[in-house]
Amino acid sequence: MAPKFMKALAFGAALGAGLAFASGALAKDWKTVVIGMEGAYDPWNLTDSSGQIVGFEVDLANDLCKRIGAECKIIAQDWDGMIPGLKAGKFDVIMDGMSITDERKKEIDFSKPYAAPPAAFMAAKDSAVAKALGPGKVVDISKDKAAGDAAIKAVQAALKGKTIGVQSSTTHANFANKYLKSVATVQEYKTTDERDLDLKSSRIDIALDDYPPIAATLEKPDAKDFMIVGPEFKGDVFGGGEGMGLRKSDADLTAKFNKALDAAFADGSVKNYSMKWFKIDTTP
Amino acid sequence: MGDLGIFGFGPGGWGLALLEGAAMTLLVSACGLLIGAILGALVAWARLSGAAVPGAIGQAYAALFRGLPELLVVYLVYFGTSTLLTSAAHAVGYEGFVGVPSFFAGALAVGVISGAYQAEVFRGAYRAIAKGELEAAVSVGMNRWLMFRRIIAPQVLRFALPGLGNLWQVALKDSSLISVTGLTELMRISQVGAGSTHRPFAFYLGGAALYLVMTLVSNQAFEMAEARATRGMRRATG
Amino acid sequence: MFISSLLKLLGALPLTLEVWALSVVLGALIAAGVTWMRGSESKPMKLFARAYVAVFRGTPLLIQLFIVYYGLSSLPAVRASFVWPFLKSAFNCGVLSLALCTAAYQAEIFRGALLAVAHGQVEAARACGMSGLLLFRRVIFPIALRHALPAYSTEMISMVKATALVSLITLWDVLSVALKIRNDTLVTYTPLLIAGAIYFAVNYAIGAAFLTLERRLSTHLRPRPG
Repeated sequence: MAPKFMKALAFGAALGAGLAFASGALAKDWKTVVIGMEGAYDPWNLTDSSGQIVGFEVDLANDLCKRIGAECKIIAQDWDGMIPGLKAGKFDVIMDGMSITDERKKEIDFSKPYAAPPAAFMAAKDSAVAKALGPGKVVDISKDKAAGDAAIKAVQAALKGKTIGVQSSTTHANFANKYLKSVATVQEYKTTDERDLDLKSSRIDIALDDYPPIAATLEKPDAKDFMIVGPEFKGDVFGGGEGMGLRKSDADLTAKFNKALDAAFADGSVKNYSMKWFKIDTTP
Repeated sequence: MGDLGIFGFGPGGWGLALLEGAAMTLLVSACGLLIGAILGALVAWARLSGAAVPGAIGQAYAALFRGLPELLVVYLVYFGTSTLLTSAAHAVGYEGFVGVPSFFAGALAVGVISGAYQAEVFRGAYRAIAKGELEAAVSVGMNRWLMFRRIIAPQVLRFALPGLGNLWQVALKDSSLISVTGLTELMRISQVGAGSTHRPFAFYLGGAALYLVMTLVSNQAFEMAEARATRGMRRATG
Repeated sequence: MFISSLLKLLGALPLTLEVWALSVVLGALIAAGVTWMRGSESKPMKLFARAYVAVFRGTPLLIQLFIVYYGLSSLPAVRASFVWPFLKSAFNCGVLSLALCTAAYQAEIFRGALLAVAHGQVEAARACGMSGLLLFRRVIFPIALRHALPAYSTEMISMVKATALVSLITLWDVLSVALKIRNDTLVTYTPLLIAGAIYFAVNYAIGAAFLTLERRLSTHLRPRPG
């Protein structure tokens, strides 16, 4: 009897140890986290003259990693290689002003949104649409329905018969297609560069994008003839926000970052970074 | 259109960058042509051997890459090589990620497409060899390697020159598509310069001029090579 | 995901085919003009025709496309002129640029085909009193057409592949839509491979159509049965 019991005990211990080892091997301890950014998406992330990647997401990433007790490595990756790179293990997180959408959720997991900036219209200062819409003003569609509706009607009136440019697969494209397709031509672009080039050559009359990149574009010398016009919308179709992209198999890391984000929201750190880089508060 | 100073070689000038881009174009096209030559020779050999399966594979490869847009092939090779290499590395136990530089992906894309056409050139060139020469070689007891080295290879190269000259030009032009991967060849430099100085007309025209110089010089070079290679041969025309 | 991608990609196929058809036809017209110039007695015309072919065959189509779409639109003179409404549209720019390029290749095909018409046939026709348009329509064109068909088939297929470049000047052709699906869903290969299959199918159909045409037009050249 005793030998049998000892055998069972030994077997149980071995099994337990084996399981502990296995789960230990499977669950990474996340001492280092590799984060992929483009370094070309001003002001989310950009490369400064010394070759360093800086920006809102760099500050936020360093902050969050400190909170979860990991060392962050940020590496540059062009957008096309970002998705395969995450899946293949080149990095563990994507932070690149990536919008949280249902379609993308099928392939990867997202953290909570760390920014939900308003959208902004950009047009030439001396254009008809600029005159019709006037300078930019924030309008929250979800919070104030009446003001939101009025603003949308104003935009529809000003853009009648005109062409608006948006980046494809974004909340702005959704907004334009939902509210403006009936009165204006909606031109979708694969990249914001293409859209901005068309705006400069007057192929389109007005562009719609997130406030931060528009503000960053307008700070450049060649954009001196352009300005933000019309309502800066928040809420409704713009609700999703931007978040960190992670592999579905790393749910533990996602949870860690979400906890860190909660703390960062609570003590105002995220707001500080937002004010520093965007000049407005983009906290969701 | 303004001054041509932007093309200069001074600090503000893009002349040097454009020339470097042209050099990169030549390099990546040459590598692509070489890869294409290897693939083309393999496919030609597969089809000429008469064996059913290799011949079918060769034919399928050629048909596939002649029927797909070159730009699509560039994207597929660019996206695919990283993933493939990483999976292969994982299979042999390597943990990390294997990145593939855009040069290699670009040259491979150009090569894979070129190979599909080079196969036909090599096949036609081989069949142009007088059967009598091959029979004579066998009758004097030459083994297959000697026959290849002395009779087949030199003549295939000679007959293939016009076709290869054309395919070199095609490779030069196809290399401009590699710009979408970010490789700093001539097209990409032109694009960056155009965006940076807001003078797309000047830069794209300048880039086009450099491409034209490359193709015209290449044409001359190939014509001279053909003249040398076919000296002493009787030809159908004068 | 497969079905929805396929449907979205097929939805973009009409645009691809429109660009292809219009540029091929416009290109043929321009090529006819260039060929005529090539055969003319005037030296400057001959020189222009040869230079045209050398330039448009010696430079990448992509850079030609960018010159038309981005280059021309950046010139204030162009934006103020009567061509601006035409050039404003990316579709028009794409068709124009592709047409200019294919015209150079088609001109060479026409030239080769015309050279292949045996002089004896032309002499005989002239001896019967045929000249000018009748000579062209009855003798030169039919013979030249048969010689041109194989090379023309290759050029038609090249043009389908060339339309993929308009994805780089903001047009939503099959390739653009495939890349968009990839961006939306973060799945890389499925949309691209489906797009590849669509292009391949179109090219196969064109090749088969030309083969049938060649066969039908050369029934009189085939050996008699039995």
